[in-house]
Amino acid sequence: MQIDRRLLIHFDWTLLGMVLAIAAIGILNLYSATAKMEVSGTPLYLKQIFWLLIGLMVMVTIAFIEYRSFSDMAYVIYSIALFLLIVVLVYGIITSGAQRWVKIGPLSFQPSEFVKLSLILALAKFFHRPPERKGYSLKHLPFPFLLLFVPMILILKQPDLGTAIILLLVFFSILIFVKIRWTSLLTIGLAGASAVPLLWGFLKEYQKKRILTFFNPDLDPLGSGYHLIQSKIAVGSGGIIGKGFMKGTQCKLGFLPEQQTDFIFSALGEEWGLVGSLFVLGLYFLFILWGLRIAVQAKDRFGAILAFGVVAMLFWHIFINIGMVLGMMPVVGIPLPLLSYGGSFMISTLIGVGVLLSVSMRRYLF
Amino acid sequence: MELNTQRMEDFKGIYKYLVIFIGLGFFMIFIRLWSLQVIKGTDLRRLSENNCIRLRENPADRGIIFDQKGRILAHNRPSYEVYLIPEDLKMNPGVVHEVAKLLNIPPEEIEEKLRAQKRRAPFKPVKIKSDINWNELVRLESNRIHHPGLFVDVRPRRAYDHGELASHLIGYLGEIDENELKQAKEATYRMGTLIGKYGVEYRWEDVLRGVDGGRQIEVDALGREIRPLGTVEPSPGNNLYLTIDLDLQKIAEEAYQDKSGALIAMDPKTGRILAMVSKPSFPPDIFARNILPEEWKSLVENPHHPLQNKGIQGQYPAGSVFKIITAIAGLESGMITPDTQFFCTGAFHYGNRDFRCWKEGGHGAISLHRAIVESCDIYFYQVGLKVGVDLIAHYANEFGLGQVTGISLPHEKSGTVPSSSWKKKRFGAPWYSGETLSFSVGQGYLNTTPLQLLMLISGVANGGKLFLPQVVDKVEDIYGNKLKEYPPVELRRVNVSEKTLRIVQEALRGAVNDPHGTGWNCQLKDVKVAGKTGTAQVVRLPENFKKGDMNRMPLKFRDHAWFVAYAPFEDPKISVAVLVEHGGFGASAAAPIAKKVIAKYLNAEPSPPIKMLEKQSEFDYAD
Repeated sequence: MQIDRRLLIHFDWTLLGMVLAIAAIGILNLYSATAKMEVSGTPLYLKQIFWLLIGLMVMVTIAFIEYRSFSDMAYVIYSIALFLLIVVLVYGIITSGAQRWVKIGPLSFQPSEFVKLSLILALAKFFHRPPERKGYSLKHLPFPFLLLFVPMILILKQPDLGTAIILLLVFFSILIFVKIRWTSLLTIGLAGASAVPLLWGFLKEYQKKRILTFFNPDLDPLGSGYHLIQSKIAVGSGGIIGKGFMKGTQCKLGFLPEQQTDFIFSALGEEWGLVGSLFVLGLYFLFILWGLRIAVQAKDRFGAILAFGVVAMLFWHIFINIGMVLGMMPVVGIPLPLLSYGGSFMISTLIGVGVLLSVSMRRYLF
Repeated sequence: MELNTQRMEDFKGIYKYLVIFIGLGFFMIFIRLWSLQVIKGTDLRRLSENNCIRLRENPADRGIIFDQKGRILAHNRPSYEVYLIPEDLKMNPGVVHEVAKLLNIPPEEIEEKLRAQKRRAPFKPVKIKSDINWNELVRLESNRIHHPGLFVDVRPRRAYDHGELASHLIGYLGEIDENELKQAKEATYRMGTLIGKYGVEYRWEDVLRGVDGGRQIEVDALGREIRPLGTVEPSPGNNLYLTIDLDLQKIAEEAYQDKSGALIAMDPKTGRILAMVSKPSFPPDIFARNILPEEWKSLVENPHHPLQNKGIQGQYPAGSVFKIITAIAGLESGMITPDTQFFCTGAFHYGNRDFRCWKEGGHGAISLHRAIVESCDIYFYQVGLKVGVDLIAHYANEFGLGQVTGISLPHEKSGTVPSSSWKKKRFGAPWYSGETLSFSVGQGYLNTTPLQLLMLISGVANGGKLFLPQVVDKVEDIYGNKLKEYPPVELRRVNVSEKTLRIVQEALRGAVNDPHGTGWNCQLKDVKVAGKTGTAQVVRLPENFKKGDMNRMPLKFRDHAWFVAYAPFEDPKISVAVLVEHGGFGASAAAPIAKKVIAKYLNAEPSPPIKMLEKQSEFDYAD
């Protein structure tokens, strides 16, 4: 691959800087949050550094690939992701348990992470031809809906509600971005709303209970209700300036089941208080806005939609995860980009950043 | 490439709305952070400092196990358990010593227990002593106010009121292991949860297990409860009615005295198991508490395998009981008729070896009926040679030998029915006709479980119908509403003519009731019993071996004694398979046990011994 010198001139150092800053905070925070955890083998923060380095390499590679070449392979990549998802599901049935991982040698990864990116790619491919003047209407949408529903149902079967919700939100974000007619959006909304009670009737009693608990954790004081109250205590006890690095108690004691993944933000809030939380929140905010600018300034539709899809995915992850940790939202398993522990998610996040970099530095090229 | 700069303007239109939307999202999070960390910050910090919100478990009662008449076999009794919360002890280290004094145990033991729980969740109580008595309870409770970090909780504890009775059938509980924890679909299992490990407790775990409850509580700085924040009531498991009859089970267990072996009794017309004994047995409650190393050692190293349910896990040659199959194979194939005679001289020379009959001096000229009644080996050697190994194997399989019966208990074994193709596969060698001789009298490669032979005798009793053996009658919830019933399940009818079965039935009746019948030890006064004795060889005996030498052999080399029977002959209500390990001869060791069980079940009187003494001693060695 020959790297155009002009590409280097336009390389988006600001974006990279923000990502590295957040990732560095993430490693520090993870180090502190898991310091007292008894883990056999390599400490989690070291593993996370390993994943970060791998991810950065993948990111740089992606950044220097002409993103338009993804366009030709969009549906192929989408099919591969779908295939891996089926592999996971079948394997999961065999081992009789929730199965989200594919093992390749010593490495295991979660295909559902890459399904998010592949859906964005497939949708960018589909919508890259401009719509009619008034925007897309229902008759254009059966195929995109198919692209959404197939992986979504497979992921719900795992069951991984969090990722399914992200797929749904990213899908509608993209629909709005590429301009769907308001009447069509309204129709979809109404159809969706009216299908809820219908679907509710099909559910078994225990499933209903699970969903109700999901929206009202007080119904489950021993499970998610308990986790939520501990999470709120952790964040709140940080106060304005926090307890200080390595001084948090709540999160280290293991009150939270996923302290190093989904609830990592509560460790940050406890040790760094309002000041630290707002700093990280501010970084995320700038990062998202910067990504959004990259999307609207892209040199072509495909790049714009691709970049926007990535931004939407990251935004919903950040918004729902922090909202959940702060008790504003039901407890769903959605990790926080660059802060939560997890290899697959770290790499898929950085692939997304790579796409943003790629779109960003080619916006002036013809 | 076509550039849609014009179109890109569309995205610029939506840009500002997106910025506003994202801004609002982040602003909401900011407001929430402000509210938690600034407005409620002081309160929440106070809660965090003492970790004031805690969980207390409230385990559900496990379902009760009854016998068929509703008498309790396994239930739960309250047990007072002492807990300490290590985090609360840090401020008051003296508590350990005081509690040790109150409970009369060395403080080091408590310290050891507190240390042992390394991977405990924070503020999770550590159990110090379970099942404390009333005096200890009173002492602790009256002093509790002075001892932060200490509390006593009442927990249900599994109790088996009849001790070791039917322990293999009922099974036992033990702490969940990591594998089981991974397999568990529902989140109701945690480390330390007691889960069914064996027997009915294992197989019916899902029915018996309830859903644990618990309380989320707020405590003060000394760890004392201030108020509950949320409560989930436990919901108890469902009750199980077994098919066994407690009285019959007791009689059967007692009949074994200190012998080892297995007995299963069944209603041949429904497949319901009426009694299931395996000896030696084990105390079922020791696995739920911390089993002592000596106890575990003595169970595992016991040469009589007390942890094995021999009725379904023990595999033994069927001995002469198998002559039933050989006879059926001979009749069905047309190789013999009831009138076919062979001559027994006491030994049968085949190949270069003498095959002996159990009766020295032989039976003389003998036909089928008397051959079964007196269990003549020579007769069946010759039937076996005429019919051939594969046809005998076919009828053995027909009655379910060589396969699991499908009873709802764990670890059932399938046994082995050899055939020429089996031998080819297993040893890569052809079948020798000399081996057919051993096979036709139930020795050699043949292996069966007591349950399989029970199925065989029940099938004969029942005109060829085989029923699935079942141990559970019904499931009820705690209010007595019937949730599930288990009606008889007919597996199949064996492909054997009624005429053949009638001939065999008559012969089995004769084996118990005719003069010279080997099973005379099982005679009852008013009820006709039909049955068959058997002796399963443990080691090959030398050719010059005398039957009387058996009692002088080391116990572990002595033969296993079999007896299978059903009664009443005209309308069978109970069938029994009895195995006495190293018991010697079926007639003397196993038949009396079957007799006690049948007599009890049918309320029949045993008939007084009418045989002459010298005759009796001869029959004691009958095979």
